[in-house]
Amino acid sequence: MNWSLGKMLKTQEGVVLALTAGTLVLFAIFLPSFLTAGNLISLVRSMSILGLLSLAMAMVVISRGVDISVIATMVVSVSWVLVLQRNGVPLGATLLFGGLLAALVGALIGAVIAYGEIPPIFATLAAGSVVYGAGRTWLFKLEMQNVPPDSSFFTAIGNGQIFGIPVIIVVFAGFCVLVHLFLTRTRLGWALYAMGNNPAAARNSGFAIRPLTVGLYTASSLIAFVAGLLIAASTNSINARLYNSTMIYDILLIVVLGGIGLNGGHGRVRNVLLGAALVGILLNGMTILNVNFTTQNLVKGVVLLSAIVIDAILNPRDEQTSQQGDL
Amino acid sequence: MKSTLKYVLAMGLALQVCVPMAMAQGTKGLENPRSTKFHSDLSGKTVAFLPLSMGFDLTEGWAAQMRKQADRLGYSFEIRDPAWSTDAGTRALQSLIGEAPDLIVVHNPDIQSYARLLKQAQAKGVKILQINLESNTTTDSYVGADWTEIGEQAANAVVAQCSEGKGPSNKVAIDTGVPTAASDVFQLDGIYRVLDKHPEIEVVSQQATEYNAEKARSIMDTVLQQHPDLCGSIGIWDNQDTGTASAIKQAGKQDQVFLVTSGGGNAVGCENVSNGMFDLYISYNVPLQGDILNAEIARLLQSDAKAGDNKAVYFNPLTLIDKSNVNPRNCWTLDALK
Repeated sequence: MNWSLGKMLKTQEGVVLALTAGTLVLFAIFLPSFLTAGNLISLVRSMSILGLLSLAMAMVVISRGVDISVIATMVVSVSWVLVLQRNGVPLGATLLFGGLLAALVGALIGAVIAYGEIPPIFATLAAGSVVYGAGRTWLFKLEMQNVPPDSSFFTAIGNGQIFGIPVIIVVFAGFCVLVHLFLTRTRLGWALYAMGNNPAAARNSGFAIRPLTVGLYTASSLIAFVAGLLIAASTNSINARLYNSTMIYDILLIVVLGGIGLNGGHGRVRNVLLGAALVGILLNGMTILNVNFTTQNLVKGVVLLSAIVIDAILNPRDEQTSQQGDL
Repeated sequence: MKSTLKYVLAMGLALQVCVPMAMAQGTKGLENPRSTKFHSDLSGKTVAFLPLSMGFDLTEGWAAQMRKQADRLGYSFEIRDPAWSTDAGTRALQSLIGEAPDLIVVHNPDIQSYARLLKQAQAKGVKILQINLESNTTTDSYVGADWTEIGEQAANAVVAQCSEGKGPSNKVAIDTGVPTAASDVFQLDGIYRVLDKHPEIEVVSQQATEYNAEKARSIMDTVLQQHPDLCGSIGIWDNQDTGTASAIKQAGKQDQVFLVTSGGGNAVGCENVSNGMFDLYISYNVPLQGDILNAEIARLLQSDAKAGDNKAVYFNPLTLIDKSNVNPRNCWTLDALK
């Protein structure tokens, strides 16, 4: 590969990398306690859960889909796990039920998209409110569910460390490796890129697109379930209100900022890491600087906008580079 | 002689038994005109409840109690759930003004959004009762927490732990929810009223969590990295402060950082007091608020006054819960209210 600076800056990824490095250097110089091991671990940890959800989203986006329902699946399946535990169901069984629920939801959404041929954005947007509504109606009444006080499983994940690194970071890193290997080393992974680049051509060349789509959304839901367990372990509770929060936009922000285009067919795990790094560094630095809420949102918006604008200036769209479905 | 006495005794006994029976048969007691009027005034009336959202401890608790009274007294009670959306709430309020129920119970998302609509509703003759989160407009009645007082109590508790020479430092962190809600603006005012009198207390961080526990956790995690000697923390709501408390616990600083939060006094919040996550939990006591709401609803529905003519405010008492008084009286469950 030719790593010349000029060439690198011609990609959105390069621009974001430069922005990230710039912010990192600025904070490292001006905030004395920014570049300490403790703060860096806290920074990575704070992005691990969003990062994990972004991995799921990235896989779906690469196949030219989008999964707006991940948050609903996450809060409903994990809230149910906690409710079941409160009712005395053993931990293993609750995790199994929660996982099965998430997988079932994912498979149904995938089936609607694959066999019903509904555009993913509408299918998952609608599915999100169905899942959330059904969960609130039948599985739990209150949005806020506490982890049972004596749960050693959640304490081990939330408080545990492996060689000084919080378990939550280790889980995220593990998924990064898994998804990376899946995308780069397996036929199914390559099939996702084929689907994203040209679904019709992928189907004509013999990829079983429909079962693959079902599998993909199932995987995305299962990753969301794991992310939900991490949230529950991390904060000793899960609040179903996350479904109504801006979390889904934060996930899309990470994916798009990292350089995975919503038109599909492109992107790697490193793009997710890059997007998460920029957002994480900004949030961490602004928390240390004690910047107020409105200004933080302003900065986040300006960074996203400037990344898009710089990308548009460096890589102007024309008939050759634009694709169908380009947003 | 003996038999005469027996006779007299028997007569006396008979009188004692029979006279009250005869009297009871003759009259069926007195009708209480106030009771009749009370029931007839209330039955058939319509009350609508516009919460921030259903599905969390506060609104579910109030709604359970309001519905119970509506069933008892025979007026209709319905809920319009905007599910955290101020837009949906505004539309619901507009359509309610069109439908003109007798009374709307409103839970404001912030101090501004509904203000004009509340005035409009009263101008159309619909009475407005605000609950726990105020709007800038004073209406027929407000029942709920005095957020300024909560802020003052929280700040006082932290000052008691962290003023000169008491704690490991004088550093305090504050985490808020959404900067425009009544709970935030008035509570911050209360907090700073106290802290301004204690210049030694240093507020090292004041960040908004958007009521997201994970965000609250990562903020506290970062703050503890910067200020390992942090002494106290004031959180704005128990639902988010489980995150703040988790960060403190994960850093092993539960004995060092004194965490104050506030909430409705649900058993879920109390559980976090008994397990040492919250050091002080200021409860605005949802069952008590529900009772006062019900009394206000009955008063307003019976009153001949026009909407907006008489304005009342009642700030209900707060309960300070720490490890010593976590009990069923202070900590409620939804099932018990239903």
